[in-house]
Amino acid sequence: MSETILSIKDLKVNYGGIEAVKGISFDVEEGSIVTLIGANGAGKSSTLRTIAGLVKPASGKIIFRGDDITNCDTNVIVRKGITLVPEGRRIFPDLTVQENLRVGAYLRNDDIFADFQWVYDLFPRLKERTWQPGGTLSGGEQQMLAVARALMSRPKLIMMDEPSLGLAPLVVRGIFDIIREINAQGVTVLLIEQNANMALKVADYAYVLETGRIGLSGTGKELLTNDDVRKAYLGS
Amino acid sequence: MKLKNEKKKDALCTLIAIAVMLVVLIVMELTMKSTSILFTVLKKGMIYALVAVSMNLLNGFTGLFSLGQAGFMLIGAYTYAIFSMPTAVKLGDTVYKYYDCAISLELGIFPALLLAGLFAAVFAALIGLPVLRLKSDYLAIATLGFAEIFRAFFQWDAMGPVTNGANVLRQYKDLTKVKIPFTNIPFPPTLFCFLVAGICIAIIVLLINSSYGRAFKAIRDDEIAAEAMGINLFKHKEMSFVISSFFAGISGALLAMFQYTVQAAQFKTAMTYEILLIVVIGGIGSVTGSCIASFLFIACNEWWLRFLDESSNNILGLNILRSGFRKVVFSIIIMIIVLFFSKGIMGEREFSWARARAFFRDPFGLVSRRKKPAVSEEVSGDA
Repeated sequence: MSETILSIKDLKVNYGGIEAVKGISFDVEEGSIVTLIGANGAGKSSTLRTIAGLVKPASGKIIFRGDDITNCDTNVIVRKGITLVPEGRRIFPDLTVQENLRVGAYLRNDDIFADFQWVYDLFPRLKERTWQPGGTLSGGEQQMLAVARALMSRPKLIMMDEPSLGLAPLVVRGIFDIIREINAQGVTVLLIEQNANMALKVADYAYVLETGRIGLSGTGKELLTNDDVRKAYLGS
Repeated sequence: MKLKNEKKKDALCTLIAIAVMLVVLIVMELTMKSTSILFTVLKKGMIYALVAVSMNLLNGFTGLFSLGQAGFMLIGAYTYAIFSMPTAVKLGDTVYKYYDCAISLELGIFPALLLAGLFAAVFAALIGLPVLRLKSDYLAIATLGFAEIFRAFFQWDAMGPVTNGANVLRQYKDLTKVKIPFTNIPFPPTLFCFLVAGICIAIIVLLINSSYGRAFKAIRDDEIAAEAMGINLFKHKEMSFVISSFFAGISGALLAMFQYTVQAAQFKTAMTYEILLIVVIGGIGSVTGSCIASFLFIACNEWWLRFLDESSNNILGLNILRSGFRKVVFSIIIMIIVLFFSKGIMGEREFSWARARAFFRDPFGLVSRRKKPAVSEEVSGDA
């Protein structure tokens, strides 16, 4: 249970001459929910995009289940079992819900029928809308579709970039319930959030990013009661 | 279960429709004069339909705005003409007047057609390496530039022994040289165009509906998300570009067969714009739209609007109708289409039997529109 699935070692990422991530290290335990919280521009998204292979790091190491995946291409990384749910949902608006899910399973050659059942059980709302173009879904449904699409690749680690962005509080609660549910079914979750309150409540372990460096870390509960975190992110 | 039955029924309908179309074509070719303008329109329309669909694969389904289609047609047309020309003609000086032909190989019609596609594909693969790293307008400009370079290159004096320089290529195997296999009876030329182009379009449709096609559409919709799902962007863009160019090459070869002579000067940027026009009017992202628009475009251009060019048709002594007036009317028609069908004739939809049946049951919603007031009258009568 407590094996390290992903470990980041002294990762540095540059974005057009600006050092977005200035050497961070952290570990993700298998089967846990880990969250990175932090203000805008703290380097959260850059970290995820680098792990997914969309951005190449300046230096540092990314090790996933014992393999060094630091400079691998995204398709290799997805095949190894890491999938990113990108920020702002980014579903394919002109493809139907089902086609969106099929693209999620693009790299797989085995039977995906059981996984259709699996994600439709997780998101019954999507099952009602199988033949609807993705662009006609509501914001919350699009977020569900984005998560479902990522799950179709059968990831061992799913990374979510601000899944609560622009959603109503009730919908956000639904999304976090789903995150717990996915995690209970054995998928490790790496989550980044601005909604620190919700994120810390579901997280087993959390790191606070401050302008490209890790400030604090601890279990979700510890950080929820930490005075500095409360002042900076929870507004009390 | 019901869905499956429906699908089977639709597939059967499609097969019957295709069979009927082919039979009608054969009967027409056997009974009508082969010089009829109708055959010209059908042949050229089908050739343009193929190149429009191949352009749609790139622009409509992969989201790559490329304007190099005429260049790849040029490569296809030249490859076909050079390789299908009889060796005796190449050695004589009826075609290669100023050069000694360097290629003595002579191929049959089908190998030459295939080679035309392959040559276009190889060139596409080469220029795709640098060009496909560009996006939107920049990609369009770069492909347009390469198409012009091809044209200049084929007309270049130093290429003379291969391409005959800027001179015309002719006496290769054109449409009249197609024979029914194992006999000496000429194959109906319109039917030949329909079969070759139809098979090519069918292959493109199968590709679009495969998992590769889905990946292309995903790239069109959102590149970053597609990449995050593990789709290798460059590989898929290159694949789409090469396949599209392959079929553009084949349609170029068919065009060469259709018009008996080939000259590089014909494959100008204006030709790409004609194809782009067909794609836009038909609907970007609709194969059926491209086909319909292509026949309409060719029919207007070559046939229906021709009378506008003849000054002898003028009435009341007004000198409105004269050569070139057709183009004015044509432009106005296009503007009207673009204004009222801003997404093209078909938009992003494809032809479907279900919609066709619904249309015949209730064309333009006439029946339902007539019913509604009747209902309201009843209600008011009751009150």
